[in-house]
Amino acid sequence: MVNIFDSYNGLLPDNLIEESRELCKSNRLNPKDTRKVLKKVKEEYDRSLIDPGESIGIITAESIGEPGTQMVLRTFHFAGVAEVSVTLGLPRLIELFDARKTPSTPVLDVYLKKEYSKDERKVREVAASIKGTKLSEVTEEFIVNLNKLRVEAILDQKKMKDFKVISSNLLKAFEKGLKGAEVKLSKNKKFLIIKSSKKEFEMKDFFQIKEKAKDVIVKGIKGVDQVLPVKRDNEYVIMCSGSNLKEVLNVKGVDVTRSKTNDIFVIADVLGIEAARNVIINEATDIIKEQGLDIDKRHIMFLADVMTNSGEIKGITRGGITGQKESVLARASFETPIVHIVNASLIGEEDKLNSVVENVMVNQAVPIGTGLPGLTVKIDEKKEIKKK
Amino acid sequence: MVEYIYKKLDKITFGVLDPKFIRKMSAAKIVTPEVYDKEGYPVDGGLMDVRLGVIDPGLKCKTCTGRLKECMGHFGYIELARPVVHIKYLKPILIFLNATCGKCNRILVSKEKIESLKEKKKLTKKKIFADAKSAKECPHCKAKQDVIKLEKPTSFVQNEIRLGPIEIRSRLEKIPDDDAKLLGFNPNYARPEWLILEVLPIAPVTIRPSITLESGERSEDDLTHKLGDIVRINQRLFENINAGAPEIIVEDLWDLLQYHVTTYFDNGIAQIPPARHRSGQALKTITERIKNKEGRFRHNLSGKRVNFSARTVISPDPKIKFNEVGIPRVIAEELTVPEKVTEWNIEWLKDFIKKGPESYPGANYVILLDGKKKKITDDTKEQLIETLQIGCIVERHLMDGDVAIFNRQPSLHRMSIMCHKVKVIPGRSFRLHPGVANPYNADFDGDEMNLHIPQTVEARSEADILMQVKSQIITPKNGLNVVGCADDAITGNYLLTKEMKLSRNEAIDILYNVGVRDFKKIKNQEVDGKEVFSSILPDDFDFVSKTKSGESVIIKKGNLQEGFIDKVTIGEENGTLIRSLYAQYGDDQGLDLLNKIFKLGVEVLLRKGFTMSISDTDIPKDVQSKNDSLIKTTYEKIEDHVEKYKKGKLQTLPGKSVEETLESMILKLLNNLRDKIGENVFDSVVSSENSTVLMARSGAKGNLLNLSQMSACVGQQALGGGRVKNGYKSRTLPVFEKDDLSPISKGFVARGYKNGLKPVEYFFHAMTGRDSLMDTALRTPKSGYLYRRLANALQDLKIEYDHTVRDANKKIVQFKYGDDGVDVSKSEGGIINIKRIVEEVKTHG
Repeated sequence: MVNIFDSYNGLLPDNLIEESRELCKSNRLNPKDTRKVLKKVKEEYDRSLIDPGESIGIITAESIGEPGTQMVLRTFHFAGVAEVSVTLGLPRLIELFDARKTPSTPVLDVYLKKEYSKDERKVREVAASIKGTKLSEVTEEFIVNLNKLRVEAILDQKKMKDFKVISSNLLKAFEKGLKGAEVKLSKNKKFLIIKSSKKEFEMKDFFQIKEKAKDVIVKGIKGVDQVLPVKRDNEYVIMCSGSNLKEVLNVKGVDVTRSKTNDIFVIADVLGIEAARNVIINEATDIIKEQGLDIDKRHIMFLADVMTNSGEIKGITRGGITGQKESVLARASFETPIVHIVNASLIGEEDKLNSVVENVMVNQAVPIGTGLPGLTVKIDEKKEIKKK
Repeated sequence: MVEYIYKKLDKITFGVLDPKFIRKMSAAKIVTPEVYDKEGYPVDGGLMDVRLGVIDPGLKCKTCTGRLKECMGHFGYIELARPVVHIKYLKPILIFLNATCGKCNRILVSKEKIESLKEKKKLTKKKIFADAKSAKECPHCKAKQDVIKLEKPTSFVQNEIRLGPIEIRSRLEKIPDDDAKLLGFNPNYARPEWLILEVLPIAPVTIRPSITLESGERSEDDLTHKLGDIVRINQRLFENINAGAPEIIVEDLWDLLQYHVTTYFDNGIAQIPPARHRSGQALKTITERIKNKEGRFRHNLSGKRVNFSARTVISPDPKIKFNEVGIPRVIAEELTVPEKVTEWNIEWLKDFIKKGPESYPGANYVILLDGKKKKITDDTKEQLIETLQIGCIVERHLMDGDVAIFNRQPSLHRMSIMCHKVKVIPGRSFRLHPGVANPYNADFDGDEMNLHIPQTVEARSEADILMQVKSQIITPKNGLNVVGCADDAITGNYLLTKEMKLSRNEAIDILYNVGVRDFKKIKNQEVDGKEVFSSILPDDFDFVSKTKSGESVIIKKGNLQEGFIDKVTIGEENGTLIRSLYAQYGDDQGLDLLNKIFKLGVEVLLRKGFTMSISDTDIPKDVQSKNDSLIKTTYEKIEDHVEKYKKGKLQTLPGKSVEETLESMILKLLNNLRDKIGENVFDSVVSSENSTVLMARSGAKGNLLNLSQMSACVGQQALGGGRVKNGYKSRTLPVFEKDDLSPISKGFVARGYKNGLKPVEYFFHAMTGRDSLMDTALRTPKSGYLYRRLANALQDLKIEYDHTVRDANKKIVQFKYGDDGVDVSKSEGGIINIKRIVEEVKTHG
């Protein structure tokens, strides 16, 4: 039984062999029928293989571009319950394929290790430790005390407890967080004293310091503004806005293998280009599914491969894939033609005419599809006419 | 006769024109700004010099003796009195000036440094330029270096002293080739000094033809106007210099010359006022000709105009076949197919010539052996028939069965342009089978479509083999069928297979009209609809599927045994039956079967009669009152919530504010209300056989929600994902009280379309309508641009013979397409259906 399937190793993709194995088993087919099934699967597979020369790039562009016209422009969608909103639909798809450096709504999905993910209390603990708490969130008010030439931040003890911020940690945060100021805790530990380290200062310096101090992260991870534990498939997941994956992965209890963000550059940086490719595929698939459209995964995979195969993320823009093409005319026919021609003239650039548009321009067969095979037949025309 | 391609363009090299070369390649030196003399004849040495090419029919070119369209035109040149800078080469000039020594003109990087960079493999033009620019003194002659700045638009300044083009040119001349190379330039194609213009090439007249207006006046092209300005100023500059005019005047003229040359190249530079016509309209000069969508690249080079094409309105015709297109006779007489004369078809072709261009099917032209094209007229007919010999080409009228390519814009996917077989019909519009309207995304409310007739054997066979409708049924987008039954065809088949009983005569009449000649499955006098449907199917066809509502459909040995046919089995996008037929019987028979199924539906409906009326939306009184009370209780519940909210007693939901909580609760209640009303309506109509319900149930058109919106309740009008927000202070419209949170005031439409909406409801409904119109209008250009970028980025990726996916430079993108090498358009919804194969093996052994 095993041998029958193994004999198809290399002839069929692994997933097809695996699927046939399971289906034959569940249907209790005898070896003879199993052989028949595999033979038929192989026939079907060979019949379905893509033809050499197929202009798969254009097919992919069509398959993604055509449904794009049916997408809704509606931007926001509330993932889960709360204020963590995500850009979706056409704007997000454009943003993804453009490979913008930061998405308009960066989101982190923090998965937790088993010991943590089921216990709501522990989940909330982790969530609190991730959230980047600003000083303004744990203070009642800021006072500019002109008598003593200092800014006083009156701490809200209740909120301090809620966010689990300890006053000693506050000072630590300020060591790095606020330049040009000295910070001390008042004796009764009820407020922070912030003094400018400048010798001479004006009124506006106070207000500047005050504003800066408000945004100092006193606890948690910078860039993670909101956290929200959500129950998903029997476990808690912490949804955050922000994309500081690098530091989140260092937090105790976080499942490093599953936590993710929608910022492809962060993923490429932290987890590598292959992971970024997967994120592009998953993000695009999610957007398309959410719109109720159906595009085969091969097209999205292909596009993700084109975007990432050089080892870095390249967008579908004039600066990205199209702008880095070898052919001058192909680049010129897309956008900013003058720039491309001028620069080409300075370095004596050659256009080898081996892609599509250039050949369209000079009225030659395009080297794709039926234009690919180079076949010549010698016909001695003069002789043939003479014969007659 | 036959044109073989012997030469193929191998490559195109770009470069900067050498002044010597400009003089050499020129046919004429232009010296005078006058264009025509008193007799209206072009002046020698003028801008329309006859040596620059011909633009009038009948004249011959003085340079190459070619006629109009034979002669491509020839360049001329003018010797500029003083050199000027080329506006497009300002940046490279600045790079050269700042990277080389002002005294010895060597690059400002020492040899040692270059060597060390070479060793480290960090020798890039960027690095070299950065180093050179920051150098304070020349490493070769130790001269002090001052930064040269570009003072926009066209002057270079060093230490607040302006460097004239003469000075710049002499500096650039002395830069050694090797140093230019280090900065990333190729001196073979672009010597630095060539970037300063001392000779200006004059474009041939063929690219700037003058047009003769109705009044007989000549109107010159924008480029000619601009060149006229340049020549005029250039002459004046010459004269002034020769007359020894004061330097200020010479400088002024020089600047003017610079301005004209600059605007000749680009009339859209920010710091320079654009050159204008007398009417005030800006001139279109070289850059404007190249740029943008209407520019040379996108308008003329990437997209071309064609002959042998036609365009007219389309109308539906379910009586023709899927792969046919009805072509009006008037068009068929205009479009022709070139037919080469052989010894076997010479007599046949003579008949066409005999009929001539006026009667159908005739011929319009004969191309003789020497390549001359002769029009067939009553006078020339006899003579042409006599001279017709083997090897001539007869351009005969379009006939039934010819190959045509049919297209509707926007051509978003490959199914937007497909090959159809010609069917010549009377009338003035193209006829299209309604079943193929879907892949074209066409409807018949005035849509126009284009038709092309391929003119070579290669093109015809390629269209025939690769582009036929039958080979395009499965879309490569997701492996589902884009062609299937729609509208009436689904309703007809649904009614037929659900519970229709026919007499034997009726059944045979229908089937005959569908094209079935084998009636062995009609056995009795009283015929079940299922038997009629089965008559179409091949005898060895087995099929199992589900209907839209989940009942099973079983076809065994070509007999529909259980279930009925609806959208899920024969519809577009998901027709399981259609896909099975295709997989089992192939393109040709598959399309034929689909054709028959479609026709069957139409024929059945034709005989039964099918109409929709307002009474379809009638609902019984008791349901009406039930709905009214439902609305009342919901309103009360909402009132309670609002009350609670106002007292501040509302329990907030996690992560939401009090207002948001209230909103979501109200929205939930209102949506529930609409659903419940819908259910009530469904229950009341479920047993009735009214047409609207039938269409919804078979999946032909509409759904039950549409019905309940017509008859009972339209529901909440959603804007931006929630209820309508306040546009006035604390209220949506001034007819409401302030802070009114009731359903009506926030866009809930409690009535159906038939009963009529209240003015406020109508207004809210119009708001959402406008919102969706805006969405469409804003989305189209965005998605269009995304598509253009995708197509441009991916267009030259293809599958190689080794099954890898590579780009134009043979760089591998994927080792195997989609990891398994499967073509989506050849798969079943993107997969190899092993389940089906196992089933087949199990039943057939």
